Amino acid sequence: MPPKRRKSARSSAGSEGRGKGKDKDHPEDIFPLVLTSTTQELFGCTADEDVTKESPYKLLQKDDIMQDIKRRATVSDFCPMKKILLGYPEDEILLVYDRDFTYNCAFYLVLTPEAKDRILNPPKPETPEVVEKEVSKTPRPKHWISLGSEQEIEEESVKETTKKLCYKFSRVRRKFGAPVCFSDRNVADAKDGFLECVSYQDSRFSIKQMQRDCGVQAVPRLQSSSAQTQWKFQRNVFTQYVPRELSDEEKENILQSESLKSFCNSVTPRVLHALQQEEIMNVFSDDWEALGTGAEGGDWPGKVSQDLMLFQAFTDHKYTKDRKISSIHWHPTIHGVIAVALTGKKEAQFIDSTTAVTRPSLILFYSFSDPSNPQLLLECPVDISAFEFCPSDPNIIVGGCVKGQVVLWDISAHVTHLQGAQPSATKVPVNTDTFGIVDHKETKTPVVQHCAMSSSEGCHKGPITDVQWLPPTFEVTRTGLPVENKNKISVQVVTCSLDCTLMFWDVRMQRPNPSLSGRKQKMDPKTQPTPNGVPDTFKHLDRTWKPLLRVSLPKIDTSGEYIPLKFSLEHYICNNNNTDEAAENESDSEGIPDYSQLRISSAKTLRTLEDVNTKLYIGTANGEIVYTDWKLEKDDFGRLLSAKPLHCFSIHPRLVNSVQRSPFFKDIILTTGGCNFAIWKEGVMDGPMLLSSRSEQDYTAACWSLSRPAVFFIGKTDGSIEVWNLLEKTSEPTQVQEHVTNSMITYIKVCSSSSKQHFLAVSDDLGLVRVLEIPKTLYIPSKSESLSVKKYFELEEDNMKVVLKDEELCEKQKKEVEGPKKKTEPDKPTVKSLDLTKEAYMTEYGDFPSLNESSLKSIDLWVATADTPDP
Amino acid sequence: MAEVEETLKRIQGQKGVQGIIIVNSEGIPIKTTLDYPSTVQYAGLIQQLVMMARSTVREIDPQNDLTFLRVRSKKNEIMIAPDKDYFLIVIQNPSD
Repeated sequence: MPPKRRKSARSSAGSEGRGKGKDKDHPEDIFPLVLTSTTQELFGCTADEDVTKESPYKLLQKDDIMQDIKRRATVSDFCPMKKILLGYPEDEILLVYDRDFTYNCAFYLVLTPEAKDRILNPPKPETPEVVEKEVSKTPRPKHWISLGSEQEIEEESVKETTKKLCYKFSRVRRKFGAPVCFSDRNVADAKDGFLECVSYQDSRFSIKQMQRDCGVQAVPRLQSSSAQTQWKFQRNVFTQYVPRELSDEEKENILQSESLKSFCNSVTPRVLHALQQEEIMNVFSDDWEALGTGAEGGDWPGKVSQDLMLFQAFTDHKYTKDRKISSIHWHPTIHGVIAVALTGKKEAQFIDSTTAVTRPSLILFYSFSDPSNPQLLLECPVDISAFEFCPSDPNIIVGGCVKGQVVLWDISAHVTHLQGAQPSATKVPVNTDTFGIVDHKETKTPVVQHCAMSSSEGCHKGPITDVQWLPPTFEVTRTGLPVENKNKISVQVVTCSLDCTLMFWDVRMQRPNPSLSGRKQKMDPKTQPTPNGVPDTFKHLDRTWKPLLRVSLPKIDTSGEYIPLKFSLEHYICNNNNTDEAAENESDSEGIPDYSQLRISSAKTLRTLEDVNTKLYIGTANGEIVYTDWKLEKDDFGRLLSAKPLHCFSIHPRLVNSVQRSPFFKDIILTTGGCNFAIWKEGVMDGPMLLSSRSEQDYTAACWSLSRPAVFFIGKTDGSIEVWNLLEKTSEPTQVQEHVTNSMITYIKVCSSSSKQHFLAVSDDLGLVRVLEIPKTLYIPSKSESLSVKKYFELEEDNMKVVLKDEELCEKQKKEVEGPKKKTEPDKPTVKSLDLTKEAYMTEYGDFPSLNESSLKSIDLWVATADTPDP
Repeated sequence: MAEVEETLKRIQGQKGVQGIIIVNSEGIPIKTTLDYPSTVQYAGLIQQLVMMARSTVREIDPQNDLTFLRVRSKKNEIMIAPDKDYFLIVIQNPSD
């Protein structure tokens, strides 16, 4: 009950005042009262000090209040309640500090003891009793009140409306236990199998759907599509630009400008400095490299052997007994294979042919992997004196016999065997099926028969001394004219023999000559059975092979002919003008060409090659070097005859052993004969560029080094090898290696098929082939060696010319002096000269037969003829 | 003009000099002793090279700048002296 707020004055007007207040804003037993501060201090109830809001109760003694009233009478605050106090039963009276002014005064007195008790001792709450009651109660389910959900459940649940029908099937008793077969049947299979109640639209009533629930969901529709542009109008776009240029006026302006001048001034010193630096020395040159020959750089600390070291020696006593080696060649492609031609020794030849042990002549193939057994044997009924591998096809080998015939072999069937015998390859299992008749036993080496031999009419009359293939770049017609070789393979062979002729042979099938066609046709159907294992590559040549061209060597000044022993022709390197043709030809002739299919083409269809050097250097049995042209000329009668040789030089005292062209310079030729050798330059017809001094021993074989232009090897009769280096010394060999073989060296050949090892094959009189390893110093060329050698030869040439000029001058002077004397006797000198020459000739010729005999005997090409006396 | 000529003569007088080209900063040749196609080729190619070399040097150290460039090849040596606005190209054949 909010008391009505009314201005309460501090008047404590008597009890009558109390009655004036009509609004009873306080209960009867409360008496609001205002206490002055003195009273407060007196009674110890100072506001906010003794009594506070928290403890507003103060018990006052009644007697104290009565005394206060008596003492202060009307001033006392308790005056208006004097009467009440007198009627107060108890001694203590409660004074409450009413801070909130609930009864409009700061204090109020509680008049009745009951109220006092009530205020001081409020009733306690009854909380503990309630807690006890809840714990003891256990939860009990409430009674379920139906809200209508069981109806829905009833609607949804599935109940059987009709009772289930139960059928029992049973069979006749006797069929019990028998198997039953059930099958399916579709309803529509049987007629009246079902009864259909078709729905129909009842026209009696129709319901129009007024409201329909439908839902809408937005789904993004995914669509993938592609587009391709078409380049409809194809148009090449390109830009061409022209470098920017300044017009002349602008250039003038710039050239006049100051900035350019200052630029020039500033830049010039730098540039001059740099230019001078360049001039002074080359900072980038490698001195170390330039110091040595390059190869020594790596091996310098180690011992570098200068000698030719023996690598392997090949011999097979079964075959080489009593035989000597006539020629050796390295296989051009297979590394480590060397072919050796053996001929019977001179003594054997004098035995009567009927009683002689007919041992076929052989060419043995040795390989590094097996030094004592030959890998392949090429057989021929007649001794081979010279042979060569075909440069375009290393499986074809041509050989020249001592009877004058030319023989061909084809070893393509056995190449795999040879390749398998390479030392580097691991033992390749050899397929015996390819050989046919050859046994797999290692002791038996495959033997290859010759596949073609020249006819006996057409061959040489004397033993063949040298055989060479023509290079694949050109071929020769019947008149000796060089024409282009469409096949780009070597098809022609040149042989020379002691019958003073050179012959050109063609390995291709000859066009059927109308005069010979009858004979030939007879031969063809009578196909001679080829022996087993002989390939028929050259079957067309067998026994009918005739030379294409015959070149004789008439002597220049006198009658008679030169006897060629060795020759050398220039390997022409064709510069093809028609590159298209060349490309076509190359594509056609890929792979190993098939010789059996080749035909000689008509000379008219082939283009003549003008720049082929048709001249040969021939070394003769008398020690002469003959320089001749092989082209046939028409003489006065219209016959084709060989021309007289252009030059003849009698340099060597005895027969010429070898004529070797340098592999680096096509016009430098080395010839050895007797006890000296000579180096010639083709084109210089005055004499050799270099003629060595006579040595004690005869030189018997020579070979240029294949990697160093200035080095060549010469073999001597005592079995030693001399190494000559033209750049070091020209008067003596740089190195002499003694006793390489035990007897006369017959052949030297250098092989360089491997870049790491260079070999020198040396064959001797006893049938032994030694392979020596060439030390690095001898096969690695020094810096710019070929240039130096070239310069050397040019110098020599110039020297020679100078010397000759001097000689001519001397001669002229002499003639001038003697001229008037000779004019008196014009005829005699000529006769004299003729006589002289004849005498000289006779003296020469007198010696000739014996000389010839001895020299030929030494190379065992001597064929005992009827008119020569037996030695 | 005369100074430029004099410079060219001095440089040309050195041993082995094959040609001299003065090019402006854009690569357009101003003066040359070689034939026109070679000049244009050299100018275009070398200008790019000089730009690249200069930017290389300056990137490493911005305070630095390219003063000289020498290109040594098997057959000859090309010397380039760059400047702010122009550069000078000299082709020399070394003495050995």
